[in-house]
Amino acid sequence: MYNTGKVMFFIIVLIIFFTIPVWLNWGRLEAVPQPELPKEEKKCIESKEYMRAYHMKLLDDWRKKAIRENQRIYEASDNEKYTISLQRTCMKCHNNKEKFCDRCHNFVITHPDCWGCHIAPEVAQKWQ
Amino acid sequence: MNALVSFILVCILLFIPWIGVSVLGLKILFGIVIPYACFLVFVIGLIYKIIYWARSPVPYKIPATCGQQKSLPWVRRTLKDRIESPFYTWEVILRMFLEIVFFRSLFRNLRADLSGKRLIYGSAKWLWLGAILFHWSFFIILLRHLRLFTNPVPVFIQKLDYIDSFIQSLGVPPLYITDILILAGLIFLLLRRFFDPKVSYLSYGSDFFPLFLILGIVISGILMRYYIKVDVYGVKQLTLGLATLNPTIPEGAKIGTIFYIHLFLVSSLAAYFPFSKLVHMIGIFFSPTRNMANNNRAVRHVNPWEYPVKHLTYAEFQERFKEVMEQAGIPIDEEVKPEKHEWQSWYILEKK
Repeated sequence: MYNTGKVMFFIIVLIIFFTIPVWLNWGRLEAVPQPELPKEEKKCIESKEYMRAYHMKLLDDWRKKAIRENQRIYEASDNEKYTISLQRTCMKCHNNKEKFCDRCHNFVITHPDCWGCHIAPEVAQKWQ
Repeated sequence: MNALVSFILVCILLFIPWIGVSVLGLKILFGIVIPYACFLVFVIGLIYKIIYWARSPVPYKIPATCGQQKSLPWVRRTLKDRIESPFYTWEVILRMFLEIVFFRSLFRNLRADLSGKRLIYGSAKWLWLGAILFHWSFFIILLRHLRLFTNPVPVFIQKLDYIDSFIQSLGVPPLYITDILILAGLIFLLLRRFFDPKVSYLSYGSDFFPLFLILGIVISGILMRYYIKVDVYGVKQLTLGLATLNPTIPEGAKIGTIFYIHLFLVSSLAAYFPFSKLVHMIGIFFSPTRNMANNNRAVRHVNPWEYPVKHLTYAEFQERFKEVMEQAGIPIDEEVKPEKHEWQSWYILEKK
């Protein structure tokens, strides 16, 4: 092998680059956070699977309906009717933003823009 | 035809996890075993390629140059000359850096056309643009995916993700800019192979297959983010498990088949990578026309397979064939001193 030193250095850099998650997690790995589900209520407006994957689509849809079309009633797939409101419907049960929303959002790194306009209940309480 | 076969191959690759997960339920195979196996093939394959290329001798010093080489002190050399015709190691490093990061030689791409009977050359930056869009988007997307493999996610990756998704006005989840750019780059690179007759003529299946495969990965990723959504929380439990060598298929989380299709296509790409044209990622570092300094006049390049050739000096030759030469009437030089060739001493010096 020619230029053995340089080539070995190259191989080591390459291995370090492709195993980078291992080095970034090294010594600072945290347990997977569990979102805190509401204790009283057992049923969300749609199924658990649907909400886990599509809640952002639903909320986006709600925003369009409420703000742009002035439609305030949402009919769920089981024909039950709900008021379209993040703060008054969703957060009635999921009343803690930090323990419910933020745990997952910070875990998978998403940047929802809900809180540009809305206020979480715990923040609202502080101002009252 | 080449394109069609490649397209069918990618479709077959797409259906394998589809059937494997949604019909046969082989989640452990497609979620853990195949990704690990393909990653190992990827890394070991790349190391194999590196060692294979590092063992190949370079008999000549052949840097491709198009600048003023280092010469007499009063011959002016600008920075451009230093990059185009590097003499020192730092100039070679600068040249390689600009080549790898900004694709300088593609930027110099020209297009030849016949205008009547005249051959004219013009600048053609489209290939450079398509290539740089594709490669940089791919790299940023790769880095961005670290958000699924680390916990807590490093601030750098969070910031990168935030900048990439700062267009928030088109709905939730926010649109990634690199998603659009990589699609634009890939589609340009693909259409070029279809519609430019010169490129189409020399496109093989091995050119179309990676394009279709990466396009499949990109499209499945985009579908998964914006349309056929999956439980990202469950996905991250799986991917984090892969990264921490503690793989599990998360219980209770419903991860859609689209995720396994995306993962299987990525695994296929990783396993295919070291044995295809895609390994130019490694090859670029081993290009003798780029990675050598143009210092032939100052530093002798010894051919690695050079060996001492048996030869006679003229004096030795004359001594050996003296009689025959005299008989043939060839004049004999008297008192010829055995000479020592300069290159011979050079060779002995190099041997030390």
